[in-house]
Amino acid sequence: MRRHMASWLLASSLLLAASCADAPRDAGAPSVDPTYGLGRTPQPERLAALDIDVDTTGHGLPVGSGTATEGATVFAAQCASCHGARGEGVAPVPPLVGRTPNVGYDFASADRAPRTIGNYWPYATTVFDYVRRAMPLNTPGSLTANETYAVVAWLLQQNDIIAADAVLDATTLPKVTMPARGIFVPDDRQNGGPTFR
Amino acid sequence: MDAPVPQDPSATPRPTLSRRALVRTGGLIAGAALTPSLMRAVTRQADSASAPADPTRVPGAPSDSLGTRSAFETPRLTPVGVTSGSSWTPHHLLHGTITPADLHFQRHHNGIPVIDPTQHTLTIHGLVERPLEFTLEALRRFPSVTRTYFIECSGNGGRAWNNPRPDMSPQVVEGLTSNSEWTGVAMSTLLRAVGVKSSATWVVAEGSDAAVMARSVPMSKMLDDALVVYAQNGEALRPGNGYPIRLLLPGYEGNMCVKWLHRLEVVDQPLMSREETSKYTDPLPGGTARQFSFVMDVKSLITSPSYPGQLPEKGWHAVRGIAWSGRGRVTRVDVSTDGGRTWQEATLPNGALPLAHTRFEHLWQWDGRPARLLSRAVDETGAVQPTADEYRRVRGKAPGYHYSAIRAWDVAADGTVTFGGG
Repeated sequence: MRRHMASWLLASSLLLAASCADAPRDAGAPSVDPTYGLGRTPQPERLAALDIDVDTTGHGLPVGSGTATEGATVFAAQCASCHGARGEGVAPVPPLVGRTPNVGYDFASADRAPRTIGNYWPYATTVFDYVRRAMPLNTPGSLTANETYAVVAWLLQQNDIIAADAVLDATTLPKVTMPARGIFVPDDRQNGGPTFR
Repeated sequence: MDAPVPQDPSATPRPTLSRRALVRTGGLIAGAALTPSLMRAVTRQADSASAPADPTRVPGAPSDSLGTRSAFETPRLTPVGVTSGSSWTPHHLLHGTITPADLHFQRHHNGIPVIDPTQHTLTIHGLVERPLEFTLEALRRFPSVTRTYFIECSGNGGRAWNNPRPDMSPQVVEGLTSNSEWTGVAMSTLLRAVGVKSSATWVVAEGSDAAVMARSVPMSKMLDDALVVYAQNGEALRPGNGYPIRLLLPGYEGNMCVKWLHRLEVVDQPLMSREETSKYTDPLPGGTARQFSFVMDVKSLITSPSYPGQLPEKGWHAVRGIAWSGRGRVTRVDVSTDGGRTWQEATLPNGALPLAHTRFEHLWQWDGRPARLLSRAVDETGAVQPTADEYRRVRGKAPGYHYSAIRAWDVAADGTVTFGGG
């Protein structure tokens, strides 16, 4: 029995080796220390400053709040020069605002129909995450948490998703339901094969 | 499609030979020793595109501290855009399969950052036993892996599909794919170092550029063949390709191979970043949109003959190109010289590496009449590069990403070659 087990183990490890021949393998760490003694523990404050992402549950959202009314001022000062006064876009920057065409529109069969926050973005938290990490283009990361909440509120209000007086914060933002939430489907191409998908 | 298109792709200036320069250089150098003034003259000769009438009668240029291309060879990327831009690889001027590092395509979303390698770190945290940050020096001390892989922007080919013109070169048609030998450390080694918790299913990779690019990568891919690379074709990465480190996900769309990588957060759900929701998703006929469409489809591209080339005379010519697939090896490339009525299997003279550009070649006897050249690749899963009509039928007429249909090149009776669409 033990012998059988040993040959089964050998056979399966050979199979594994054969099937993985092309992939770079973990070279194998010293058994006592998988870190090889390399790397250091990040300082908590440094990690907190680096860790800016906001997921769909709202994890990562900072303390603060904002409304569309406040956001109108921020947008006019910080965003409108590229995105247009109403978020309509200034070529080549595409529009951020608009529900036309509406959700369910056949974008694949049309030429360059605008995809906006209102008709194509599935999560409100994504707007916050993106503005915080990458906007404004010339001074990314410069908006305060309140300004970011406010400009996100303005964008959602302009897209007829929330009311003008709605207060966005770490609790309310993840609860916003986006019109395009349901249009995305998983990839069915990854395994290839003769049928073109 | 995000990347703007180069307007004048083929504008590679041809060197001109100045007869006067030849005479002057030859006369000056004949019979002389290597004096400083002579060395200056030799240097000038090497820098300008002129040559002595007989190079065996003239001492050559002195040793130099950095190899440069012959002045007769002037390949260039075509940069477009300013802060959000791209640079396209001149495939029609290249041979073999490795893209020179300075001609590797680039795509960035808010400029190319300047990063001090002594200050740069990679932090791995989240659902791990031991959050750790690694200096570049530490990453280089791990066991290394060297592999050859292509990287392709998933917007590659979209512009030539949306707005084809006869004067598009391979650089404009498919210039957002390139192929390099990469060296780095296996992601599986780094993830074992930090100790991934059992609840972890995704890893968010983030760059330290001004776009703070962020993409979610399935844990399975990270543990399979992902690399953190610090070298390309034997030297440190170029700034436009992620210096000092980038993520490399073989066969996956280029946007996910996050450049200037500075943080990996191990998580239990995807971030749903802007780049994996509003961008880099694929609307399908009927109103849905494909998300997390990571794998690059099988493709091929004839690089010669192509625009702006011209066949000098009828007779034997090599139809050459590159083929690649994000699912593994290219197993076959067929070439048609009659617009798709008949096909011949091309040779793969150097074999095919998985997830890498593969060179194909087909010898063709041109009879001097107009001809339409096509290439069609097949990968090891049996996936076949579709025709434009099939592509349109399945994925619609306005794809932004993952365009992969067969391309055409038209040879006129005078030997001129133009892009035929597809």
